[in-house]
Amino acid sequence: MLVTLLRPTGGHARVAGFDVADQPAEVRRRIGVALQDAALDPLMTGSELIELQATLHGIAPRKVRARGAELIERVGLSQAADRRVGTYSGGMRRRLDLAMALIHEPEVLFLDEPTTGLDPTSRLTLWEEVRRLRDEGTTVFLTTQYLEEADQLADRLGIIAEGRIVAGGTPAQLKAEIGTPHLDLVLADRSDLGAAREVVAPLGDHRPTTEGCHLSIGLEHGASDIAPILRALDDAGFAVAELELKQPTLDDVFLAKTGEHLEGAAEPEPAPEAELV
Amino acid sequence: MRASCVALARRALRNAFRKPQFLAPLVLFPTLFLAVNVGGLERTTSLEGFPEVDGFLDFQLAAAITQSLLLGGVSAGIAAALDIEGGFFDRLVASPTPRLAIVLGRVLAASVIAALQVIYFLVLGAIFGASIQGGVLGVLCVLAIGTVAGTGFGALGVMIALRARNASTVQGIFPLVFVVLFVSSAFFPANLLSAPADVIAVYNPLSYIADGMRQPIAFGNELAPLLEGLAAAAGVALAATGLSLLALRGRLRRS
Repeated sequence: MLVTLLRPTGGHARVAGFDVADQPAEVRRRIGVALQDAALDPLMTGSELIELQATLHGIAPRKVRARGAELIERVGLSQAADRRVGTYSGGMRRRLDLAMALIHEPEVLFLDEPTTGLDPTSRLTLWEEVRRLRDEGTTVFLTTQYLEEADQLADRLGIIAEGRIVAGGTPAQLKAEIGTPHLDLVLADRSDLGAAREVVAPLGDHRPTTEGCHLSIGLEHGASDIAPILRALDDAGFAVAELELKQPTLDDVFLAKTGEHLEGAAEPEPAPEAELV
Repeated sequence: MRASCVALARRALRNAFRKPQFLAPLVLFPTLFLAVNVGGLERTTSLEGFPEVDGFLDFQLAAAITQSLLLGGVSAGIAAALDIEGGFFDRLVASPTPRLAIVLGRVLAASVIAALQVIYFLVLGAIFGASIQGGVLGVLCVLAIGTVAGTGFGALGVMIALRARNASTVQGIFPLVFVVLFVSSAFFPANLLSAPADVIAVYNPLSYIADGMRQPIAFGNELAPLLEGLAAAAGVALAATGLSLLALRGRLRRS
């Protein structure tokens, strides 16, 4: 709906200052869109596609070639520009798709799950480009099911579950909303777990929990609580084999806000459709 | 608008030539049909009521062109449907280009391909001994009627694609091409057709399109059949383009 492909059945939305239902043409002039499936014509070359996109956006014919070449270079496809898109890898298609969405220097760029199916290198390259665009002043509206991606890229994020925004804010705000960091300890002697739990109980924010050979303690004041806990364990004669400071993740936020895991996560039951924005 | 339309037409043409599956049936099937008909039904010209022609090839050439142009319409429809299925259509819709250009670009490409189809069959006919009675002017008349008719058939294909939204449905109209052709005067003179085909042929615009192209090839440049052919082709083109624009509007409203 925000990119004017679907007509709203109710309500209002404005993109770049224009109503998506009443002024769709104005919206389309100001947005760039990279759809989920990178719907590119496999029979055309990268250069041909980007030049077509430039023409469709009304860029003057004398500028089309130069602007196309500039963007092709920016996304690192100069070598493949004259090859048919059908021969491109998934990452190359995504980068070309991004270049096409940028052809008219949009105010708002919509990226629909831009890294789905990409290898880690391609994903990082795309993340870099998204950061660069953000730093240059483009508003990037990105949907993703990868919580790490949202954490890395989003200044503000919204969690949508079953068609409704169930949470919104900066990643730090959302994580802070659901709790404090935890210290995960592994004791050298598993039989000490019960006694060690009693020792650290007065020091943490939450009651420490034991799971397997792990002791997990909530830290009310963050990392500054670690030293007293370790000192108390040492004084009581318990040897610590491993320790790890765990910050709340967006996975925890998602779980807390929706009560479900993302599709494909550890949950055995299918999760409802959910997206991070 | 004009730049977008031309750019989209160029893309459609480029793709047609890059994917032989799009173009090959347009010339292969009608060429085979033409060869089989001319080779096996030559004596048809001796039937009472059959117009006087130099050879059956002269008579059949217009039928082959009409058949090829109809298949061109199916091919344009399949290409448009593949754009819809593959999401490229959404890319076009999400761009600020006028919606009209999305349809007209495809239809313009169909016109160019239609002109090439007509030229191919005229050259083929000339190679195998057909005599173009109308001379150069006659060739231009055949080209004009064929190109306008091909434009209309292309627009019909696009309209069906916009309604059906999938290539297999558009492909499904392939047999209909033969049905509508056989109930016209494309392959045989209307007066030799049995009922009810002879009645249907009177109302079938393909009859006038085929006869319009046949006139300068087989008989010479007589104005009335030429104008009837051109009018029928233009009628189909205008109606089909209008219908495809309505289909686009309907599709965008539904989405």
